[in-house]
Amino acid sequence: MTDLTRLTLAEARDGLKAKKFTSVELTQAHVDAVTRAKQLNCYIVETPEKALDMAKAADARLARGEGGALEGLPLGIKDLYCTDGVQTTAASHILEGFVPRYESTVTSNLWRDGAVMLGKLNLDEFAMGSSNETSYFGPVVSPWRRNGSDAKIVPGGSSGGSSAAVAAHLCLGATATDTGGSIRQPAAFTGTVGIKPTYGRCSRWGIVAFASSLDQAGPITRNVRDCAIMLRSMAGHDLKDTTSVDAPVPDYEKAVGASVKGKVIGIPREYRLDGLSPEIAALWDRGIDWLRAAGAEIRDISLPHTRHALPAYYIVAPAEASSNLARYDGIRYGLRKTGKDIVDLYEKTRAEGFGKEVRRRIMIGTYVLSAGYYDAYYLRAQKIRSLIKRDFDLAYEAGVDAILTPATPSPAFAQGEKGSADPVEMYLNDVFTVTVNMAGLPGLVVPAGLSSDGLPLGLQLIGRPFEEETLFSLGEAIEQAAPKMVLPEPWWD
Amino acid sequence: MNTQAKPSKLIAGATGDWEVVIGLEIHAQVTSKSKLFSGASTEFGGEPNTHVSLVDAAMPGMLPVINEECVKQAIRTGLALKAQINHRSVFDRKNYFYPDLPQGYQISQYKHPIVGEGEVLVDLSPTEQIKVGIERLHLEQDAGKSLHDLSPNDSHVDLNRSGVALMEIVSKPDMRSAEEAKAYVSKLRTIVRYAGTCDGNMEQGSLRADVNVSVRKPGDPFGTRCEIKNVNSIRFIGQAIEVEARRQIGIIEDGGKIDQETRLYDPSKGETRSMRSKEEAHDYRYFPDPDLLPLEFDQAYVDVLAADLPELPDEKKARFIAQYGLTPYDAGVLVLERAFGDYFEEATKGRDAKLVANWVINELFGRLNKEGKGIEESPVTAAQIGGIVDLISSDVISGKIAKDLFEIVWSEGGDPADIVEKRGMKQVTDTGAIEAAVDEIIAKNPDKVEQAKAKPTMLGWFVGQVMKATGGKANPQAVNELLKSKLGI
Repeated sequence: MTDLTRLTLAEARDGLKAKKFTSVELTQAHVDAVTRAKQLNCYIVETPEKALDMAKAADARLARGEGGALEGLPLGIKDLYCTDGVQTTAASHILEGFVPRYESTVTSNLWRDGAVMLGKLNLDEFAMGSSNETSYFGPVVSPWRRNGSDAKIVPGGSSGGSSAAVAAHLCLGATATDTGGSIRQPAAFTGTVGIKPTYGRCSRWGIVAFASSLDQAGPITRNVRDCAIMLRSMAGHDLKDTTSVDAPVPDYEKAVGASVKGKVIGIPREYRLDGLSPEIAALWDRGIDWLRAAGAEIRDISLPHTRHALPAYYIVAPAEASSNLARYDGIRYGLRKTGKDIVDLYEKTRAEGFGKEVRRRIMIGTYVLSAGYYDAYYLRAQKIRSLIKRDFDLAYEAGVDAILTPATPSPAFAQGEKGSADPVEMYLNDVFTVTVNMAGLPGLVVPAGLSSDGLPLGLQLIGRPFEEETLFSLGEAIEQAAPKMVLPEPWWD
Repeated sequence: MNTQAKPSKLIAGATGDWEVVIGLEIHAQVTSKSKLFSGASTEFGGEPNTHVSLVDAAMPGMLPVINEECVKQAIRTGLALKAQINHRSVFDRKNYFYPDLPQGYQISQYKHPIVGEGEVLVDLSPTEQIKVGIERLHLEQDAGKSLHDLSPNDSHVDLNRSGVALMEIVSKPDMRSAEEAKAYVSKLRTIVRYAGTCDGNMEQGSLRADVNVSVRKPGDPFGTRCEIKNVNSIRFIGQAIEVEARRQIGIIEDGGKIDQETRLYDPSKGETRSMRSKEEAHDYRYFPDPDLLPLEFDQAYVDVLAADLPELPDEKKARFIAQYGLTPYDAGVLVLERAFGDYFEEATKGRDAKLVANWVINELFGRLNKEGKGIEESPVTAAQIGGIVDLISSDVISGKIAKDLFEIVWSEGGDPADIVEKRGMKQVTDTGAIEAAVDEIIAKNPDKVEQAKAKPTMLGWFVGQVMKATGGKANPQAVNELLKSKLGI
């Protein structure tokens, strides 16, 4: 039998329906692959027994001719999603050993549709990071290597466990979350596909919060079709999250392969940053050519407030985070360090429980919300946010269907290479992605080629609110036109 | 608004008279089955941590969902306070660390409350009324409770109250004496109880007050205020104001100045104590809660609630005066509780309203007070009071017998007319029977008859003797008239 981990999610689904193999076989192949790939450190918790139990149940349903859209398909779950009875840590020491007695809405939706859980995927602590180096459980190693080098490459972040596991065939697809680029940047770094849906498309209930007004769940997969299939199961209105939107969930897969003829693609001039690497500029130009060749109309547009997005994001996100993370106080769950009084307990618990980057963002967030600074920072950042959103609204009102940009300013880098001296160097990774969160829009990243040193590069498509289907159609057009993304052979086995 | 107190309300100090300025923040627990943002029960007195949802305990990934009933209750209260209802309001996070605050922030409304300015009419006496302005009313979560007495070394936390909806009702600094502040709280309590939006139970903490007090020389600008936190009875509110005002006057008159600070009132010592100074005040880092959308509704939504609002105390009082001819005092007493007015109106159907009011207020309320009972526990029903009044009005019994009858109905129950019939309590109006008694008394007491002729006030003694002889049942008016004519006075 061929290696079942080599299948796409759609192929595996069709194979199960056609009874070419069972979910137990499919799941066992993935469990074995996960076991062999420990040095990549993709999973914080592996749940092979649970996976095989779920696979057996799926096989029984399939045998009866039943089963949902994801029946029997093994997936990895970012360890920011609370999973009933399975440790959930947000990759933080402060939540080590925490086992929720409830299941996030999005993962509940996946199990409702028959999916199988392989385990909990590593991430940057509390989803704060762009390289998966801030995890308390150690960094994730990308399956990719530079040409002629065995330096450990980062898989991006914060959903680095998700992107690496998908690229290394350690699951058919993975859940991820995106607050400023945490789905799209890791997808770009690993040659995979990731979508951050419109804010409100997926429920946030049961996902550990980072910045509530920006957080969105989404999938990372190996191609656009798989991404569409997974999103359909994940999305939907949830009465437990009042920011989730009550709009019907389309069959996104139908949009894959649909014609893009006549679609108007905006090319924002402000994204041609000073110092944009020629390699990235060339990739972007190729993307423009591919879409034009597919029948789309290319139009230059202006999003004038783009350059303010990153600084505004690094005010809004830490502000919300400083408040969201106040609940980790050592009183009710997770880590507790005893102290001589309650303040001492708080200080010792939080100093030991949170890593450096999380502490930094709590400090920044606390500062920008403080009396005397609120107006200068938080309020101004919110005003910029409105202006950024208006930039997009005007473009869409003028007839633009989607916007094409690079996904990242550079290919993946090696562990320890960035941000150790200056955290802003790391924050700059999000420069093309944060605007999308600030405006609450959907953004899809698809692989588009390789860098000069052999690492993947991605392009980003930004859509109108709740028009993810357009992005899937355009994404597939790029996928068809681009050179085929050959994922790395398993050197880690 | 009354910007300056009457001279009688001023406090005399060594350097002259002082005026005390008071503003109140009332925390009123919303009457609702479940909490402001979760489905957990709001019931009082459960075992610790039995009414706690995942949201109340702030488990990772939990999100608040607004309880619409609490929103309606806030709007109803706003309407009852004749206040502006804001069709758009925003929930903010008030950030601080405390073990009984699981989220690390309280969800409250800071810049955009659900209810804006309004006013409350406060009766100080039958003839004196003041208006107290309402600044705002907003919705917020209650905190849990820290328990320090369960073990010698550890503190415990009970989250049953965590997340229960509170209305914070902020007054303008319109009160000028402890009496005014107490009357305002009583009136506010009456209003929320009428509206059915808060049970007003101060012992259970359903209504608590933060009291802002400052002093000034009449006509001067406002002085520096101190906030006395969490005072939980109307009596203590009055005491705290008196004590705090005198403390502040003392400091200023000794050449000192008032530090703006938060203080606590200790009823056992009769003093206020500093809790934290302005410098130690928390920076709450308020910002809009990103988990909740702004709260929006239209005027039609408000109109439906307004239409269902019961008659409020001020309107009811005016109606009682106009419709039943009651005195403002009687009407005022009868509207203190919704149940009082309902009881009165049921008892007074087709009867002399003044007489009924008199019986309800003096006899029934007097007795209920004595026994510490609420009107809902009254053993005498409105129909029974009505029956007693009927017997008085139709001269079947005298007022004195009626009081005995009330006692019998109170302790034994039964239909007043039946009791009077069976126990022979009927007033004797048969002049023949009364005359016989009168004649007998006159015949037996010739000396007294002589005295009475010289001193007509002796008549009272004869009336008493006749009433005694007739077992109190003789019609007192008939006795009087007969005696006068027979004695020739």
